[in-house]
Amino acid sequence: MDFKVGIIAMPGAALSNKTGSFANETPVFKHKTCTGCNLCIYFCPEGVVYGDKKTKIYDFDSDYCKGCGICAEECPVGDIEMVLVEK
Amino acid sequence: MKQVLEGSMAIADGVRMAEPHVISAYPITPQTHIVEHLSQMVADGDLKAEFIMVESEHSAASVVLGASACGVRTYTATASQGLLYMEEVIYNIAGMRLPVVMTLANRAVSAPINIWNDMQDAMAIRDTGAIMLVAENNQEAYDMHIQAFKIAENQDVMLPVIVNVDGFVLTHTFEVVETIDSIDKVKEYLPPINMEYKLDVENPYSFGTLGEPSVYMESRYNLYNAVNFSRNVIIDAAKEFKDMFGRFYGGLTDSYRLDDAQTVIVAMGSVLGTIKDAVDELRESGKKLGVLKIRSFRPFPEDEIVAALKNVKNVIVIEKAICPGKGGILSVEIRDSLFKHKINSVNVNGYTLGLGGRDITPRNIHELVARAEKDENVDGEFFGLSQQYL
Amino acid sequence: MLTKEETHNELFTMGHTGCSGCAQSMSVKLIMEILGKNTIATNATGCLEVFSTRWPESSWKIPWIHSLFENSAAVASGVEAALKAMGKKDGITVLAQGGDGGTADIGLQSLSGMFERNHDVLYVCYDNGAYMNTGYQRSGLTPFDAYTTTSPSGKESFGNNRPKKYMPEIAMAHRIPYTAVASAGYPMDLQKKVKKAKSIKGAKYLQVDVPCVPGWKYEPKYSVKLAQLAVQTGLYPLFEAEYDKIISVKKISKKIPVEEYLKLQGRFKHLFKDEAGRAEIEKIQKIADQNIERFGLI
Repeated sequence: MDFKVGIIAMPGAALSNKTGSFANETPVFKHKTCTGCNLCIYFCPEGVVYGDKKTKIYDFDSDYCKGCGICAEECPVGDIEMVLVEK
Repeated sequence: MKQVLEGSMAIADGVRMAEPHVISAYPITPQTHIVEHLSQMVADGDLKAEFIMVESEHSAASVVLGASACGVRTYTATASQGLLYMEEVIYNIAGMRLPVVMTLANRAVSAPINIWNDMQDAMAIRDTGAIMLVAENNQEAYDMHIQAFKIAENQDVMLPVIVNVDGFVLTHTFEVVETIDSIDKVKEYLPPINMEYKLDVENPYSFGTLGEPSVYMESRYNLYNAVNFSRNVIIDAAKEFKDMFGRFYGGLTDSYRLDDAQTVIVAMGSVLGTIKDAVDELRESGKKLGVLKIRSFRPFPEDEIVAALKNVKNVIVIEKAICPGKGGILSVEIRDSLFKHKINSVNVNGYTLGLGGRDITPRNIHELVARAEKDENVDGEFFGLSQQYL
Repeated sequence: MLTKEETHNELFTMGHTGCSGCAQSMSVKLIMEILGKNTIATNATGCLEVFSTRWPESSWKIPWIHSLFENSAAVASGVEAALKAMGKKDGITVLAQGGDGGTADIGLQSLSGMFERNHDVLYVCYDNGAYMNTGYQRSGLTPFDAYTTTSPSGKESFGNNRPKKYMPEIAMAHRIPYTAVASAGYPMDLQKKVKKAKSIKGAKYLQVDVPCVPGWKYEPKYSVKLAQLAVQTGLYPLFEAEYDKIISVKKISKKIPVEEYLKLQGRFKHLFKDEAGRAEIEKIQKIADQNIERFGLI
């Protein structure tokens, strides 16, 4: 008998929900003044930001970004800018 | 080995034989001796269990819920107010399909506060999806706890099992109980617990998710089916127990002198002992009486009840509970079982006795049988009220 | 370095339906990075369990259980007991989680019991100052004069008329081995505290200030800024304690007046309407000043 219905879920099954549809704006990582501080990775509520402090190239996963704007707001050198999403 | 044991001690010993891994309980009269005995067993190293003495019944049930979800064998006990306090956790345990075993030392519910025996507390959890068995005497209570773990842990059941034991009447009285000498024999009867879904870092599931309207009904349907499925599991557990240990008290029901009975008294729990004595006396004077014991209240043994009662003229249901605004509870379910099978030749009368620990004597049964001859399809009739207080 | 593939391997995955800008989901992510896969989590009813486990979706890649509103700590006690019974407790962290209600109000009893019995459990309180999941109602952790739907401001009220319940001190009063207060505004400090808690045996309490976008009424991008301001004004002192002794505090580099914090949030906007509101802001400043003195934040 499968009694999992409604009560037991598989690990990480939420990845099938592409929450990028929430976003009205998404970040643009300019790769100009980035210092590799990693704050954008720390502060992202979803965990969509990824990158390398050595190459100073950071980007985000648009499948899941909800467009909160925290990364742009908190970037100490203003290397991230929020732009409207084309719908 | 035959011993004279207090009911609580018999229960504690039965639980010890099943070797639960985690026990958690909060004391409440009349369950206290059970948890005290278990504490002593743990303190003496006779029972290797984590015994968590919590700060409330709600937490006791929550602790066994969390432990059971990890795939270990768990046990708790409570009564009355404690049961009502943990009621939401019992819905939760059943809904999450966890095989917790619990002793319910049946006791009246407040207000007014009353610590003595009746079955009103049990009635509060009849819709939870928990299996509810009722013991008649201390020997059955001992045996029933061991069977309870086997029933609960069946792969297609996976439900909490509540063993109802009349508070004080059974928990605090001394009876001769034959205990099982070898724990290895119990292990043969009751294999180690093995849950397919549990909290395990190697296989990380999420338990207790949000079940939106699109899936909630199916989840409850699964639960509903599991309780129905447990009927045969309960009967098989009792039969296997008989084969291994030689004792049997019926599966979902049991009968006493039913073969040629014209009037059958139906009841649950320790009052059956009194009823059987009264029936023997009444038989002497020629009355064709029999007794139908309800051993499993949930799942409700409708088929067995219909088979036993369909050709009888009168049924007297004795229960230690009441449903204000409706009438009886057990009697209503009995009458409904007959109605569903289109049997309307039986006169079913339901009486409420013994609330708040009021004694039920053989003489009361004699009087009740005489009274029932004049009643037609009543239920929720209070019997034995003291006129001076009304 | 973090690759795109690695972001999909987090133990608290993307795809949950938490609000845009939710500081609670940020904190969970940060905490799980430190605790790792050998963790079993319990969760009280609230935002987190609702938005992270809408069946069949679940963001959790560790074993996780949600039971009821008030028993997260008791369920965690049971998990800990089961692991001990199986001889598996060493190397597995038991994490109990709850919000305002599940920790300081309806859940206080089971939390107190868990503390008193000193179960080896780390309890994390995601403090967003109200019962946010059910529509921002007042809790025991709602700050003074905050608007909530059950302590609204009005002609005869400035909102919640009680100070925040001293929950960390309640934990300390139980003499548990470790109590800490952290903030979503200081993620490295939060992770340091989680790491320390992980290494300690016994009951541990970690309270995290997590601003709530719809509850506090601000634009999502200010979640971190607000968390930082709460600390820098002295309204949310960050500290660590062992048993009943405070062992460290996060000092404020430059004290900021509470007004700078309050004015960014819709839940305090009623204080900026008139003189009477200004007087209330003074009272809130006093609370901050008292914290600064009590904890030696400057």
